[in-house]
Amino acid sequence: MKNLNSVFAAYLIGWAVFFLFYVSIAKRTSDLRAEVERLKNSLPCAK
Amino acid sequence: MGKRIVLGAVAILLVIAAAYASFYVAPEERTMGPIQRIFYFHVGSAWAGLLAFFVCFIGNLMYVWKREPKYDWLGVAGAEVGLVFTTVVLITGPIWAHPVWGIWWTWDARLTSTFVLWLLYVSYLLLRTLIEEPGRRALLSALFGIFAFIDVPLVFGAIRWWRTQHPSPVIMGGPGSGLDPTMRKVLFFSGLAMCVLMAFLIVERYALEKMRSEVEILKREAEAQ
Repeated sequence: MKNLNSVFAAYLIGWAVFFLFYVSIAKRTSDLRAEVERLKNSLPCAK
Repeated sequence: MGKRIVLGAVAILLVIAAAYASFYVAPEERTMGPIQRIFYFHVGSAWAGLLAFFVCFIGNLMYVWKREPKYDWLGVAGAEVGLVFTTVVLITGPIWAHPVWGIWWTWDARLTSTFVLWLLYVSYLLLRTLIEEPGRRALLSALFGIFAFIDVPLVFGAIRWWRTQHPSPVIMGGPGSGLDPTMRKVLFFSGLAMCVLMAFLIVERYALEKMRSEVEILKREAEAQ
């Protein structure tokens, strides 16, 4: 069917953008969790 | 955490169902053919993006009024998620436009106002990286966010107020506009799916910003010792 490849491309690129954004949130959350642990260990009163 | 997982699962299922409906339930448009099926994803993403910017606007207004950090977190979550959806709109639009118009892009009122909207919220996020003091950063970005939202009604009205290359509205477009009943159902279902996905991403991004604020407090405590 004419232009069906473009339709698939549009959907795949769109889903990839959403997926990568979610992965970036998960990565940033994981980095912050590690930093919270590091800071809590460096603060005697927070232990 | 459990509710967030459920919301994420519902969003994924709805997005898959919306894609299925776009390809297999909606009838083929007579003049454009299969390429018109991008419409459901493109318009659904646009609705969700504008709604996310509205969430950002509410967060900005509430921050200026109440000065509570939670509204700043809501503002930045809405802005970033809205920007992601608008990016998808700006990518899928030209993929649809090229075979239909013969060009990828034209500087008409709808396309230009959408691109300006994208630039405004990129500026909003850049502004936040330039100010270190949290209270000042939250206030200035809230004021900028309120200003940036002025473009949202322009994007909505562009195809109603001016003659554009972009198609006329098929929803709330006045006399002579309209859509096949099945296409209309699929469009609303796709819009709903994208809005649920948008809500899930805002919840996740809000939680991240809340955690970042806690880290800033811990860092200040560590520096004070």
